[in-house]
Amino acid sequence: MRLLTHNMLANNAKGVTKGFPLGLEVTAVETKEAEFNPDFLKKMVPKLEWGAFCEAAAVIGVTGFPTAVTPDLFEDEAFLKKFHNALLEVHVEEGVLICPESGRRFAINKGIPNMLLNEDEC
Amino acid sequence: MKLKQLQSFLEDLDVFDSPNIELEQYPTTPHLAAQALFTACSYGDIEDQSVVDLGCGCGVLSVASTLMGAGHVIGVDIDESALAIAQGNVEEFEDMHIDLVQCDIVNNMQQLSRLKADTVVMNPPFGTRCKGADIAFLKAGFAIASKAVYSLHKSSTRAHVLRVAETELGATKAEVVAEMRYDISASYKFHKEKSKDIAVDFLRFELPGREE
Repeated sequence: MRLLTHNMLANNAKGVTKGFPLGLEVTAVETKEAEFNPDFLKKMVPKLEWGAFCEAAAVIGVTGFPTAVTPDLFEDEAFLKKFHNALLEVHVEEGVLICPESGRRFAINKGIPNMLLNEDEC
Repeated sequence: MKLKQLQSFLEDLDVFDSPNIELEQYPTTPHLAAQALFTACSYGDIEDQSVVDLGCGCGVLSVASTLMGAGHVIGVDIDESALAIAQGNVEEFEDMHIDLVQCDIVNNMQQLSRLKADTVVMNPPFGTRCKGADIAFLKAGFAIASKAVYSLHKSSTRAHVLRVAETELGATKAEVVAEMRYDISASYKFHKEKSKDIAVDFLRFELPGREE
């Protein structure tokens, strides 16, 4: 699971009203090089919940992102490279996603988060 | 990438060891997957786009989407063993990135309420064993995609699927973009014949561009 996917996951189990963003704990990450595509990155920025992304990035060890993305940053190669790395190259292999409201934990095993709910949760 | 080349890459993928009939697990054949993604790509719905593969199984459509240049691909499936095979398939390729998520699309769709993509591709259950599963998948696809949904359905259900898409799900365009033969080799004991060809439609649904 990469951070772009993390940004699009939430817990909506029965009774939970604010199940986003999911907290992240990691025990193993793996970095795999991906093709650098600035246009794709620019397109993804408005779709991201930026605060949630920055928090998750800090967990995987990438810090120092600005609090908001201004258009001039799209010309900033260093920013784009760092953003690319945190969003699309770092894979969380082992860890846990945690519901901010209920504390429900969703395991990430071998890179795959398990978002299944038990019967009493839906 | 040429069609033949795409198909030959897909021929190397592993498929279900012991398919689960309740989930209507049939591997998407390399021929079908290659034709499907090639078609989707010709509409500009794959290259540099974000793609979600619903009910990805062993990841054939996810891998095909990536090979055709998708910017980000997420495969979703309920079944852990299928996802493990999909993960193995992804790892066969150097520098291939596909995120896999375990989730119940029919019963726990709310878990995917934030999931968004330009394009959704899927080979859903035909709804033969689990009535309505095909439409449940379609609904999920429409909730996720901002531009287009591609889906394989039995040709015998064409009228029903098109009607639901246009009247209930709000597709601005619904069309059959390819008619294909799905060679379901004897995957299950109840299949009497060794190999059975089923007529399937590859459908493309256009959504009222919600974001752009």
